[in-house]
Amino acid sequence: MNIRHAKLFLLAAIVLSFLISLFENQINSYWLFISYDIGINIILAVSLNLINGYTGQFSLGHAGFMAVGGYTAAVITNQFGHLNLFFANGIFVVALFAGGITAAIAGLLVGIPTLRLRGDYLAIVTLGFGEIIRVIFQNMQSVGGARGLSVTHNYTNFFWTFALAALTIYVVTTLVHSTYGRGFIAVRDDEIAAEATGVNPTKYKVTAFVVGAFFAGIAGGLYAHSKQFLTPSGFGFMTSIAIVVMVILGGMGNTPGVVLAAILLTLLPEGLRALAGVEHLPGLAAEFPLSWVGNMRMIIYSLLLIVLMLTRPQGLFALRKLKTKNSK
Amino acid sequence: MTEFLQQLINGLALGSILALIALGYTMVYGILRFINFAHGDVFMLGAFAGFYLTPKIAKIFPTPSILSGLVVMGISMLICAALGIIIERFAYRPLRSSPKLTMLITAIGVSLFLEYTGQFVFGAAPKKFPELIPVYPIAQFGGLSLNSNQIIVFAVTLVLLIALRFIVLKTKIGTAMRALSFNPQAAALMGINIDLVISFTFALGSALAAAAGILFAVNYPAIDPLMGILPGLKAFVAAVLGGIGNLPGAALGGIIIGITETLVSGYISSTYRDAIAFGILILMLLVKPSGLLGKKEIEKV
Repeated sequence: MNIRHAKLFLLAAIVLSFLISLFENQINSYWLFISYDIGINIILAVSLNLINGYTGQFSLGHAGFMAVGGYTAAVITNQFGHLNLFFANGIFVVALFAGGITAAIAGLLVGIPTLRLRGDYLAIVTLGFGEIIRVIFQNMQSVGGARGLSVTHNYTNFFWTFALAALTIYVVTTLVHSTYGRGFIAVRDDEIAAEATGVNPTKYKVTAFVVGAFFAGIAGGLYAHSKQFLTPSGFGFMTSIAIVVMVILGGMGNTPGVVLAAILLTLLPEGLRALAGVEHLPGLAAEFPLSWVGNMRMIIYSLLLIVLMLTRPQGLFALRKLKTKNSK
Repeated sequence: MTEFLQQLINGLALGSILALIALGYTMVYGILRFINFAHGDVFMLGAFAGFYLTPKIAKIFPTPSILSGLVVMGISMLICAALGIIIERFAYRPLRSSPKLTMLITAIGVSLFLEYTGQFVFGAAPKKFPELIPVYPIAQFGGLSLNSNQIIVFAVTLVLLIALRFIVLKTKIGTAMRALSFNPQAAALMGINIDLVISFTFALGSALAAAAGILFAVNYPAIDPLMGILPGLKAFVAAVLGGIGNLPGAALGGIIIGITETLVSGYISSTYRDAIAFGILILMLLVKPSGLLGKKEIEKV
């Protein structure tokens, strides 16, 4: 994306999502909910791309940040949802922001101790942090524990979802293309050389984690007010993997590709569901168990990952080859 | 006190199983410097191989008996060894010169593929593992109970550890493995067939994982295609705890994790059980990243 048009893009996207949201009542609610999922996944994938793609820190704990933001936002609107702040549903914006902030704090807590780790160690530790966050929510009886938390309000709508998705894309793109943000790429390409030229890798890594986690938290808030039900098991390892797959498929450090991948991979299970709805598919059993769709999706994800890594490690939609350090 | 000792015995049994899995991680890491994420799923496939083999073996040997148990374990070890070689050959070998991250992502892909293909083929619902080895209560004193299964776990683990030590230290291929982990380029120059040694390492690690799978299934008889995820991750933590790349370290780490986990779920809360291993991992990496028995690696530019 051309950086000079970034502000224009942001403005256009916000206006467009506002205009579409005016017709929200006329859109089939099935497609409306899928569109929310698309928007939420775009936020998640683009924010993870800042950590994984641009800064080169392989994180497998994004669902944990999403959980922190989702629970925070849900608790706030459950408590104060009847208040009208400034305008209708103003509390929703406050709740989303608060969710983002708490997730960012979680990102800071994860980022600082993991700085000295790289590559596969970092992946495992962030995975571990994600699991720890999940286990903590499972044991917090005040938010329902393992039973889950039901969210009273369905504040998520087309406007907020896509305006925030556009904001995420805008922030990540302009951040990375700014003079300051070139440091992220420097840290990814060669940490030692970056440090030698005066870039502080520690600062950049923590910034990436905090900004990435902030937007994951916002996505969590949107998710909470779209599904209206949160369970800790919904934010497990597999959710993180699904986001990672979007980033890898789109190409690490390639925002337009990642957005495209997020859209495609959200639509993929819907397509499979439609396929599974066909009563008699030639050559397959007449009845499909409900888990069939979920299973097929995961098998396709995994094959996609393996084949992609073997043939196009730079991602499906990357035009130029990604330069990564062949770290030892 | 009795309860504490009982927890200790249970923890030791769990720890032995984790140790067997951890050895596979640590061997592969020692040679290829990457985490074979799919290792936990080879453990799962070992258990499933046992599940499908037991009825067949029961036609030949009297089951449940120690003999049929050993035969089933041996065959599943062979199956998983072959599987390990196949995974390495088709998924990891083409990427050997790629960045480590590419290999890690591929490993995650292989892991997911095995899990969900497993769900597709075996079904997602947990299955009851057949009675393979007879269970006798061995000792009962003062409320403390020790059954034959736990003895078998200890015995099999011990035998496999000694066998592994023998292979690594005394045989030609073991020497080649150590040479390779020390310096791959030099090892290749000395005429070591790198591909063969790596295949052998995967076979060895996968066979140990299969043995662990059978032992796990005998002790906790509900098996499902996702059963490998958590033991796999915990075993990886065990390998890091002991110092990754270090064989005695992996065994020690497995036993420490097993005992800590059993004690925590016994005395504090069983719901926190799954977070314990990760907590230990984070603490360990902060305090002593090289592991308990690991050597400190100096970073070269």
